[in-house]
Amino acid sequence: MNETTPTVMDTKAIGGRSAEAAICARGITRDFKAGQSTIRVLHGIDTDIKPGEMTFVVGESGSGKTTLISIMCGILWPTDGEVKVFGTDIYKLSDAELVNFRLENIGFIFQQYNLIPSIDAAANAAVPLIAQGMRVGEAREKAKALLEKLNIGDQADKLPNQLSGGQQQRVAIARALVHEPRLVVCDEPTAALDTSSGRRVMDLLREVAVAEDRACIIVTHDNRIFDLADRILVLEDGLVTHDGTDMPDGH
Amino acid sequence: MLTGDSQKFYGLLFGIAFSTLLNTQQLTIFVNLIERGASGVYNAPEAEIWVMDPVSRTTEVNYAMPSTALDEVRSVEGVEWAVPHLRAPASVRSSTGDLEGVQIVGVDDATLIGLPERLLATNKSILSQPDTVLIDDVGIINLFESGEDPIGQRLELNDQRAIIRGVADAIPSFTSQVTLYTKYSQALNYVPGTRNRLTFVLAGVADGETAEAVAQRIEEQTGLKAETREEFAQAGVDFIIQNTGIPTNFGITVVLGFVVGVAIVGLTFSLFIRDNIKQFGALKAIGVTNLKIMRMVAAQAGLVGAIGYAFGIVGTVAFLWGFSGNPFFKGFYIPWQIPLISLGAVIIILAITGWLALRSVLSTEPAAVFR
Repeated sequence: MNETTPTVMDTKAIGGRSAEAAICARGITRDFKAGQSTIRVLHGIDTDIKPGEMTFVVGESGSGKTTLISIMCGILWPTDGEVKVFGTDIYKLSDAELVNFRLENIGFIFQQYNLIPSIDAAANAAVPLIAQGMRVGEAREKAKALLEKLNIGDQADKLPNQLSGGQQQRVAIARALVHEPRLVVCDEPTAALDTSSGRRVMDLLREVAVAEDRACIIVTHDNRIFDLADRILVLEDGLVTHDGTDMPDGH
Repeated sequence: MLTGDSQKFYGLLFGIAFSTLLNTQQLTIFVNLIERGASGVYNAPEAEIWVMDPVSRTTEVNYAMPSTALDEVRSVEGVEWAVPHLRAPASVRSSTGDLEGVQIVGVDDATLIGLPERLLATNKSILSQPDTVLIDDVGIINLFESGEDPIGQRLELNDQRAIIRGVADAIPSFTSQVTLYTKYSQALNYVPGTRNRLTFVLAGVADGETAEAVAQRIEEQTGLKAETREEFAQAGVDFIIQNTGIPTNFGITVVLGFVVGVAIVGLTFSLFIRDNIKQFGALKAIGVTNLKIMRMVAAQAGLVGAIGYAFGIVGTVAFLWGFSGNPFFKGFYIPWQIPLISLGAVIIILAITGWLALRSVLSTEPAAVFR
């Protein structure tokens, strides 16, 4: 392996260099087939995501923000361009290496949580650790400790359908962070919450998901929380039209 | 996931249990039913070799031999003993005037070899009394439908008097025909006269000889047909298979059980996958491999399959136990191969339906979870 394509095992070490961009995206384009025609959703995006920051990706529906973060976190192949996550050119990895890279380095918080309904909160939170090969008992203990930190330790043995929406979201946050990933990706984390609940979730995310060597990307169109961003990328029609600490005028 | 969705869990459980029940129960009835073709052999447990006219095929489909055949068989080296055995159809008139077709079995006067092993409420010596016949227990139901006690009942056979003095605990014949056991000399009187009446010679094998070798020697030296107990039992089973539509009918039912299982389980599995596709997508995004997802689903399907299979087997046992009082099911048992066949069917059902359902998961892009 050369320096631009380190192995998955090397990636934690590379990420330790905090000055390095967490994500370096260059020339990202993505086309989708729609019948006979091809629609270009992303038009050669260049951007860096820095560690230690909470970066918002905002834009209207269809602007390409979900496609962009899907590509940035290694779950959707770009039509063209390159993405380095903590120095690893993730789309030069084999399929198996890419899956393992995600497992080791990325935590996901989905809009609908997508918790497994038949296992309790602790087991849900422990999924990445179990997938990494940790013993179930040990993984549960670690997950329970994190649930304690998120103030739902007393709900650890409950099934998802026995938890409120907010509690389920905390379990989802615990699942995203339990394996201490260096990149946390959140999809509309406040979309289903009222203003105060949304801000509490964001405060919680800032507390647990933002660190000097960790990056947090949040896809949202919830303008109630824009002021909590360290950096905002605005997408319009597949292009980054704004990159700054505040929303541009007129939005 | 699967165990957490009670509707689909029970749907799968029902599909597997129903399919297992249908397959196990139908195969059990089939095997036991065709084994009735060998009931005549099983009911004469002492006989190691059955000797008969070359055209005879089963205990019921037989052709009488000259009575000299008995001495011929006795003269063959390796034959420990040989006794006459008569099996012939007759019509019986009961005391109420009813007419019923029966099978007369005449056993050796001296040794009583050819009688079923167990008699109910009597012993074999009762046959020494004049005009005595023993009736098989299933025959009681056919001959005495109103439930009166058969012991002491007088019957008329070929203008001869017969008195029922005992009940034989016998395996019913394939047609559940009434069977009357009596001494060979008495049976000759009950069966309408023909020149030859000796239908079988039952033989035992001397120490140091095998039944196969002695049977072959009998055939070579007498020109008669000689079969070991196992061969003749199999011939009875084969006769039923070749001359009835039973294998086809039961085979159709078993196939239907399999198809119904595939349909119910397949539909439920597909619904389960469809309902949880986001969860599977999330797992794939997190970094859970397809192999691990397959193993996860296989483990859950295995759990449901094992429980459903157990219910199906228990259901079959309960069915046989519940009907154990019915003469049709007398002596029915579940051969050990049948649960294994049903288990194989369950595994195939789960493998086919699981694979069909999982295809959508395996082809799902992890990015679908964000859509």
